[in-house]
Amino acid sequence: MLKRVHFPASVLPYLLVAPQIVITLVFFIWPASQAMYQSFLIEDAFGLGTEFVWFENFQILATDHHYLASFQRTAVFSVLVAALSMGFALILAGFAQRVVRGAMFYRTMLIWPYAVAPVLAGALWVFMFNPTLGIFPYFLEFAGITWNHYLNGPQAMALVILAAAWKQVAYNFLFYLAAMQSIPNSVIEAAAIDGAGPARRFWTIIFPLISPTTFFLLVINMVYAFFETFGIIHAVTQGGPGTSTTILVYKVFNDGFVGLDLGGSAAQSVVLMVLVIAMTVVQFRFVERKVAY
Amino acid sequence: MSIKSLLCASAVLAVAGSTAFAETEIQWWHAMGGTNGERVNKIAEDFNATQDEYKVVPVYKGNYTETMTAAIAAFRAKEHPQIVQVFEVGTATMMSAKGAIYPVEQLMKDAGEPFDGDAFLPAVVSYYETPEGELLSMPFNSSTPVLWYNKDALDAAGAEVPTTWDEVRTASQKLVDNGMKCGVSFGWQSWVMIENFSAWHNLPTGTKENGFAGFDTELTFNNASVAARLDDVASMGKDGLFVYGGRRGDSLPMFTNGECGMWMNSSAYYGSISSQAGFEFGQAMLPLDTKIADAPQNSIIGGATLWVLAGHEEAEYKGTAKFLSYLSSPEVQAWWHQETGYVPITTAAYELSKEQGFYDSNPGTDTAIKQLSLNTPTANSRGLRYGNFVQVRDVINEEMEALWGGEKTAQEALDAAVERGNDLLRKFERTAK
Amino acid sequence: MVENRPLTAFLTHLVLILGVIAIALPVWITFVASTHDELRMNQAPLPLWPGDYFLVNMKQTLFGSGLSGTESAPVWLMLLNSLAMALMISTGKIAISLLSAFAIVYFKFPFRMGFFWMIFITLMLPVEVRILPTFEVVANLGMLNSYWGLSIPLIASATATFMFRQVFLTVPDELLESARIDGAGPLRFFFDILLPLSRTNIAALFVILFIFGWNQYLWPLLITTDTSMTTIVMSIKQMLEAAEQSPQWNIIMTTALLAMIPPVFVVIAMQKLFVQGLTETDK
Repeated sequence: MLKRVHFPASVLPYLLVAPQIVITLVFFIWPASQAMYQSFLIEDAFGLGTEFVWFENFQILATDHHYLASFQRTAVFSVLVAALSMGFALILAGFAQRVVRGAMFYRTMLIWPYAVAPVLAGALWVFMFNPTLGIFPYFLEFAGITWNHYLNGPQAMALVILAAAWKQVAYNFLFYLAAMQSIPNSVIEAAAIDGAGPARRFWTIIFPLISPTTFFLLVINMVYAFFETFGIIHAVTQGGPGTSTTILVYKVFNDGFVGLDLGGSAAQSVVLMVLVIAMTVVQFRFVERKVAY
Repeated sequence: MSIKSLLCASAVLAVAGSTAFAETEIQWWHAMGGTNGERVNKIAEDFNATQDEYKVVPVYKGNYTETMTAAIAAFRAKEHPQIVQVFEVGTATMMSAKGAIYPVEQLMKDAGEPFDGDAFLPAVVSYYETPEGELLSMPFNSSTPVLWYNKDALDAAGAEVPTTWDEVRTASQKLVDNGMKCGVSFGWQSWVMIENFSAWHNLPTGTKENGFAGFDTELTFNNASVAARLDDVASMGKDGLFVYGGRRGDSLPMFTNGECGMWMNSSAYYGSISSQAGFEFGQAMLPLDTKIADAPQNSIIGGATLWVLAGHEEAEYKGTAKFLSYLSSPEVQAWWHQETGYVPITTAAYELSKEQGFYDSNPGTDTAIKQLSLNTPTANSRGLRYGNFVQVRDVINEEMEALWGGEKTAQEALDAAVERGNDLLRKFERTAK
Repeated sequence: MVENRPLTAFLTHLVLILGVIAIALPVWITFVASTHDELRMNQAPLPLWPGDYFLVNMKQTLFGSGLSGTESAPVWLMLLNSLAMALMISTGKIAISLLSAFAIVYFKFPFRMGFFWMIFITLMLPVEVRILPTFEVVANLGMLNSYWGLSIPLIASATATFMFRQVFLTVPDELLESARIDGAGPLRFFFDILLPLSRTNIAALFVILFIFGWNQYLWPLLITTDTSMTTIVMSIKQMLEAAEQSPQWNIIMTTALLAMIPPVFVVIAMQKLFVQGLTETDK
């Protein structure tokens, strides 16, 4: 936490933290507390008619089975996004670390989707999967699959998962590749001498050795899927069909920013903030533990 | 280049861009992207060229919801524009915000601009009037759903342009038998299949004159007539005659690519369809459900109006009034109508378009306006005014998708939509006093 | 490499090439879309091979009206705005985070933990979730339509602070001890020792934050009303949902291509430092 050896207290540390604290107070804590206050209100969009209702917004949420269902949906979505993007990245990294020549080339080619804006990624995938125009539905038709994510909930879910996972593969790949390259060659050579083939070596030696990276990436990817994917959902499905792709963050955004139900949306934000803090604590403890060894 | 020099460069640019004119500036936030955005800019430029006291600055703020949210957020921070374009769904939200809006009719009177309420088409303005008949916002881009059809496909299948829902089914069957992927589809389903379907058959969608007579209104569109119609459409879906293609205009490519022979959606898609369809197409009035009514009533409008927001200088309002006068002049309206496919808002603009021979050279383009003014609007067909309606429409979308997906029957879906919608209305009623 | 059988080598490259194709396909399709005219982009099935309209589209995007309806801001100005925003966010965030992480790790002072937790809780909640109250704050401070308003509220996040905190914790204590023996004060220690040691981490964060800043759309949409402040990603988003019109895919995708170039360039140019910086902290 704190260095064993450190500088004595003076006015300097206050000056050093000041910029960040001021910005955090003004642009985070203050608006967040406004949101918290708003969660106790039922208010019209313009802020002209306001009623203080205590916990009614939360009660409405607690009895709304659509809201409760979106918890489960969010969990499914996040797990699948993480699993898909990490699995794909793991496979690619597993092969890439075997390559001596051209490794740099592959890395360059795999890294750049990371730079594509989520909204843009969403638009791209919608474009490719448009039931009439898209390339994929055209080929799926030959396989006897009729693609219509406007009607078919599981297909819509699959599409947002694909789009969200795609953006994250690059990031995961980098971490996996670096982790694998840091495994001493002697360990792998020893296994090879024992007669273990590439596949067995991967599962019995490499995979266990990189498990800290896997766990770290799992947390990062879950957080990503939880909070940063609503741009994709907004561009791809708008939460539909039905409510089949309405995840928690999207609902906060949609009820507040689109539906202008400020109280209800603020109440959801508060629930989300509590969740964030819980997740942060978990992640924090994990990171701390890792630094310890 | 350092950030500092970059910033300086852009600051200079920003100053140069907003050259300080002595004119009174009027901000007009709108949601018209694409080619319609170009036309909006032209209207503003032309107005600015007619005089040198005022300068209307159109600002594109994204889609309808983004524009409305941006304007409301700006109002709360006292940084709002004079004019904002709000879609018809937001009408109740805007009109209940008494301190935030400046009713257009009032504005014209205060500014001494000539204003004749009778010059406007009743079906267009009735949606935006108080129960006493005062116009609250200026209709700008109004449209109504029509039945778009692929004439080549219908001819090839030996089918007629349908006028009733029974004929829609037979025509769809013939189209599919003739090798099409589907017979009919539609977009904006709440607007087309519930709001307009009800108005067309003179059925109420809610109590209190569809909400016009008070915020203590309740939704009632879960009646047997609507349910029977939707059940029939769902069964057409099972038979492959109807394919659902998304909440807004997402199904447009299905029509323009010849997958679906008929498409029910806004008349304002005229521009996109005429540039993309590789076949002869036409528009007809919405089909009638003969089990419910013998003759259609009239359809209701969609699209958006221009609201004037309160809290600005008197001089700015004078300019705003002048601009709205200009905007509703027959020449501008006729031009806008003919270019975009939105309906003209005044009788004079409609007459002018007739005189110019627009409907003769573009047959079918007057379908929308004929449909809107088919009969004198009743309490059921004047429009609707429900609070929180953006969210109510989301709910309706969700429930209707459950119906098309076969998870619910029409009655179940409509009952759920009404129940959830009423909760939202009650919530709205508490803040709108 | 342990063994070197041609078959395994072939298989390895095959899998990697397939992976690259899968990952790059959406970008390829963007490129293809930018090489056809508007009509072709609304006909099924969409093309997989480039057409002849690339130069026409590029010309319209760069020098013509661009995305129609938004012609008041030329594309180069939008790119410049995006660049200014991304640079301000990335450098601003790195600067304030370095300072606060330094204070928290190397000083013992009252309320240290209080400050720490205050920064900590901002870790993940994205700006979009608290966007309306934040907008009111920015408006009240008179920062609408300015680069400050575009960037500073997005600097309020803790990720960078935590990354630097992790880095500083791994710096051996002996360095500080010897620095103090040499009579170096805190600031000299910070600039002469900590900064050079965090070089790769700064680079990695710069890449991440540059992309984060570049890709913002909802925030710029809300706080800019002056078209000369439009950013490029925001303009693409706006074009996707033109009311009662089908999108002009050819122009959208050409603009998208232009919008991708700077962040992709940053990622690829700084690839080596980026990878080192990211993975070293983690270990």
